[in-house]
Amino acid sequence: MLGLNKSDFKLFLIVCLLALAAPILLNPFPTDSALGQSFNAGYPALMQRFVIFGILVIGFNILFGLTGYLSFGHAAFLGVGSYAAVWMFKLLSYNVVPAILLSVVVAGVFSVVIGYVSLRRSGIYFSILTLAFAQMSYQLAYSVLTPITNGETGLQVYNNDPQILMRAGDPTVPHLFGWRMNDKTELSMGGWNFVFENGYYLAAIFMIISFYLAIRIFRSPFGMMLRAIKSNQTRMSYTGLNTKPYMLAAFVISGMYAGLAGGLLAAMDPLTGAERMFWTASGEIVVMAILGGVGTLIGPVLGAGLIKYLENIVSKINDSILHSWFAFMPDWLDNLLVGIIHPFIGKGWHLTLGLLFMAVVIFLPGGLVQGGQKIGALFNRKKKSDAADGATKPAE
Amino acid sequence: MGILEVKGVNKRFGGLQALGNVNLSVAENTVHAIIGPNGAGKSTLLNVLVGKLIPDSGSVMFDGQSVLGRKPHEINQMGISRVFQTPEIFSDLTVFENVMIPCFAKRDGAFRMHALESVFHEKDIKAQAEAMLADVNMLEKSHMVASSLSRGDKRRLEMAMCLVQDPKLLLLDEPTAGMARADTENTIALLKEIRTKRGITMAIIEHDMNVVFSLAERITVLAQGTPLVEDTPENIKGHPKVREAYLGEAQV
Repeated sequence: MLGLNKSDFKLFLIVCLLALAAPILLNPFPTDSALGQSFNAGYPALMQRFVIFGILVIGFNILFGLTGYLSFGHAAFLGVGSYAAVWMFKLLSYNVVPAILLSVVVAGVFSVVIGYVSLRRSGIYFSILTLAFAQMSYQLAYSVLTPITNGETGLQVYNNDPQILMRAGDPTVPHLFGWRMNDKTELSMGGWNFVFENGYYLAAIFMIISFYLAIRIFRSPFGMMLRAIKSNQTRMSYTGLNTKPYMLAAFVISGMYAGLAGGLLAAMDPLTGAERMFWTASGEIVVMAILGGVGTLIGPVLGAGLIKYLENIVSKINDSILHSWFAFMPDWLDNLLVGIIHPFIGKGWHLTLGLLFMAVVIFLPGGLVQGGQKIGALFNRKKKSDAADGATKPAE
Repeated sequence: MGILEVKGVNKRFGGLQALGNVNLSVAENTVHAIIGPNGAGKSTLLNVLVGKLIPDSGSVMFDGQSVLGRKPHEINQMGISRVFQTPEIFSDLTVFENVMIPCFAKRDGAFRMHALESVFHEKDIKAQAEAMLADVNMLEKSHMVASSLSRGDKRRLEMAMCLVQDPKLLLLDEPTAGMARADTENTIALLKEIRTKRGITMAIIEHDMNVVFSLAERITVLAQGTPLVEDTPENIKGHPKVREAYLGEAQV
């Protein structure tokens, strides 16, 4: 179906369903309950980040997962994409179509240049080169290129911007031919309040398309060549294949994914700043990919989702919320528990993330996907002992 | 005119003359062995042939075209395939994928952007790979990951990857180095089979006399970077110069 084999198609359907039903699935607790206030993730601003960072890491995984080349400067492409999109808003109009198109194109061109130079080296030297380029881009955006990037203040749309395609009555927020990104439909059922926002759905559809293209690339002869490069470059060239254009193509595709993500970030909120290109942002992408499972199809989406969830949920929990959870305990125990958990929440969420990352790398080098496969295998074994056969391959 | 013509090739590494005025002609449809003691320049010569090293002077013509200055993948596209001393295969890929990749390289050239086509739909390529694996008796191992193969099977797979491209010249770099006796015998048998079935021109670099004398039709003896003699195996065996330079040492 759609040029995919059965198990890939199943996986694709699952991702479609999850993405489209996310506003419902991510709100498991009644909106006003204590649990709902703390753990519900079904609000537009967070869901947008899930899918947009999903796109970013899916693209990163085409490079890192298939060829094994670890780019440590991917945030540069995200940042460039965002700047390109905001400039389209400033010059043309708030329509997101030219903005997103240009962000992909500009990131693509930018990655041809960076890729051409960086791919002359492999291993750690490649990573350092990409990191250096990203930091250079960050510094340029922050200082020298202020006329283009608006430096520290960040780039945003002002009333006196040309916006030459803007007609009277057009929305003054990003829109798709009049369909405003920040419009939402709310649905209240019992204690639940579900928010369906246009912007989220636009990003989700882009994520679904990106995911589909990634599956196609993984299963194509091109994808096979990239895995062959990771496996043995000597044999590759003695088989009559030129590894350089393959690597560059993978790098550019991956850069364009990042540009798309950057364009979408700007389409959700039409401003951007240099900090999007900072090296910690690049590092975050690497962490997401490794956490989810490098070289797997669904891993990047899971990794991006988990990190954005932790970032937004764990960092929101504070001592008074903890006290309210432990209110039923005697005071001394309550205080003790809050004292123990305190460093891991709020501003300390990075500590939680660090521990989680260490645990995954040590116990599940294949990331969350490997964890899922282990659980799947456990169930399969049980099923096998119950009935003679019933071996279902765990979805990748 | 041979299919491979090496003329007056010199290569120096600092003060060491690795190759000194090497002339070599490999005739089409023969098995030509290049032998010589350690340090005779066999590997240097091979690296010149595949484009890894550029000689200081001289010419290397293959099939009427110069190979000098070309990259390894370009030389492969001209029709030279190489088997390495330790098998170079795509260890993380399955046996079947290992054989499909050279098929793609042969059909599509050094690079093609086929990112949205599906491997599952490449019926011709799959049929080619399947036939090749059947030929080397590895069909039942198609779905194994290549790294889990035995050493002998890795060699067999590498050979299959080279042969599936139907090369005009197969270069073999000590194909039996470090092998147990049984594996060596198997490799000789495999090479003989390839020779009779496909009639491929081969150039073998080897120092195992057993292998050389059971396969080669022409032999060139290298010593200290220059060819001593070139002749048939029968004549080489009794040649006094060769005995002195090479076999003599071995008999001690």
